[in-house]
Amino acid sequence: MAEQVITGYKRWLEGIGEQGVFFKNFFRNIFRGGFEWSEFVRQCYEIGYRSMLLVGITSFIMGLVLILQLRPSMLEMGAESMLPKTLAVSFIREIGPVIIAIICAGKVASGIGAELGSMKVTEQIDAMEVSGANPLQYLVVTRILATSLMIPLLTVIGDAIGLFGGYLALNFTDDISFSLYFHKCIASLEFIDLFPALVKTVFFGFAIGFVGCYKGYNSNKGTESVGLAANSAVVTASLWIFVIDAIAVQITSLLFYR
Amino acid sequence: METATKHTEENKQTLKNEVVVDIDHISKSFGTNEVLTDISLKLKRGENVVVLGKSGQGKSVTIQCIVGLLTPDKGTVKVFGDDVAEMDADELKELRTMVGFLFQSGALYDSMTVRDNLEFPLTRVLKLTDRAEIDKRVEEVLDGVGLLDAIDKMPSDLSGGMRKRAGLARTMIVRPEIMLYDEPTTGLDPITSREISELILNMQKKYKTSSIIITHDMECAKITADRVVIMNEGTYIAEGSFDELKKSEDTLVRSFFNETT
Ligand SMILES: Nc1ncnc2c1ncn2[C@@H]1O[C@H](COP(=O)(O)OP(=O)(O)OP(=O)(O)O)[C@@H](O)[C@H]1O
Ligand SMILES: [Mg+2]
Repeated sequence: MAEQVITGYKRWLEGIGEQGVFFKNFFRNIFRGGFEWSEFVRQCYEIGYRSMLLVGITSFIMGLVLILQLRPSMLEMGAESMLPKTLAVSFIREIGPVIIAIICAGKVASGIGAELGSMKVTEQIDAMEVSGANPLQYLVVTRILATSLMIPLLTVIGDAIGLFGGYLALNFTDDISFSLYFHKCIASLEFIDLFPALVKTVFFGFAIGFVGCYKGYNSNKGTESVGLAANSAVVTASLWIFVIDAIAVQITSLLFYR
Repeated sequence: METATKHTEENKQTLKNEVVVDIDHISKSFGTNEVLTDISLKLKRGENVVVLGKSGQGKSVTIQCIVGLLTPDKGTVKVFGDDVAEMDADELKELRTMVGFLFQSGALYDSMTVRDNLEFPLTRVLKLTDRAEIDKRVEEVLDGVGLLDAIDKMPSDLSGGMRKRAGLARTMIVRPEIMLYDEPTTGLDPITSREISELILNMQKKYKTSSIIITHDMECAKITADRVVIMNEGTYIAEGSFDELKKSEDTLVRSFFNETT
């Protein structure tokens, strides 16, 4: 029993070490000549465009539901006119980035994990390496940079759609013009609402790409390891998103609320 | 890898008998599974060595040691006189551009068409930029394996045999000095098999390629082999020309040749 715990710990520490090496290799390969632009663009399309619908629908429903949920208690407090502001601040600071990142962890991290995992199983990564090409540069660098770029973009789009969903929900009961609603949302937002939220989504995107690539690239050569890679990519990436979120909120309050 | 390039330059002018791959008493285990016990093999320039052996004996593991995909537990592997285990990343990369490796599975990149698969080593490894030259080489080598029709197909749309031939084409296209073929004809019909075997022979003649060919296909062995080694339980048990081994008294050696005789 004790032995199992110890080997478990050892494995865990080894895993951290391996991730450190993987990170170093990723970083070094960004600046090596011959950046794979076309693969990068293709990945941006795959990751960004293909997640758009999912992100859009989720954000829309979240905005809509939040307004409907918030409305009764706001009404009780007589703060009904605060609804757009409440939604805008909570959505853009916290709910949008985290929900969208989690959704993308489910879709993108698992996709990358499965794709690279199956490339590993079918010896495609070995073949690339053995041919003298650089699989890290072609497969890993492009994907991690693409997620780091596309997740923030998806978040911005998702935020907008979420606020629009909130607007529709408000119109179920009240009559508020779009321009007034829009004005109320925008006016309520400050730099510290927007900027830290955007920065943290870059880290979310990085975590999604990094974890997906690491799990896929280092999976074993059995068929079942493809599923394992995809699965643990989602779990680990989601966990990372919450950890980053917790760290980000600390840093933000240290920097901006003194 | 300056030394290796220098070696190859020298080699071109000198000795025909020079050893390009020198496997020296290597062994390899995976956990408790002892796969290679004692393997030694010298591949000379311009020579085709065929490796025969039952499934799961470690034939694929042996050639993976040559390109540094696996590292032997004991013993050394030298390519062009340089120890593979001691190479750094850049040296290894340079070595790999000179060694072609055909995977048993073909290992086509399945997100790319056949054409892109073949272009990949040309643009990434040889760093060719001339469009016309690239197209010419792609078409030439695809024609060689009889796949010109499938040039714009995705690997998932190819049959197993076609995938194998496309993989072969991708390996051959860079014209490496050493070729390591892992079962190049397995899963192909007899006619295509023979064509592939002849293609391998052609590579040897045209580009002076030195090859290690792992196969179960005796016809392929017969056509391509200058020398045959037979592997059993992690070591080589017999070595000689095809005809010599065919006459062998050893039961295990005989069993390989029985089907064709
Ligand atoms: N990366 C690896 N990790 C663990 N075990 C491995 C690995 N590669 C090969 N093996 C084991 O090594 C043994 C030999 O495998 P290898 O693929 O070399 O056989 P082979 O002689 O090529 O057989 P076949 O003719 O079927 O291809 C097998 O038992 C296999 O399970
Ligand atoms: Mg094999």
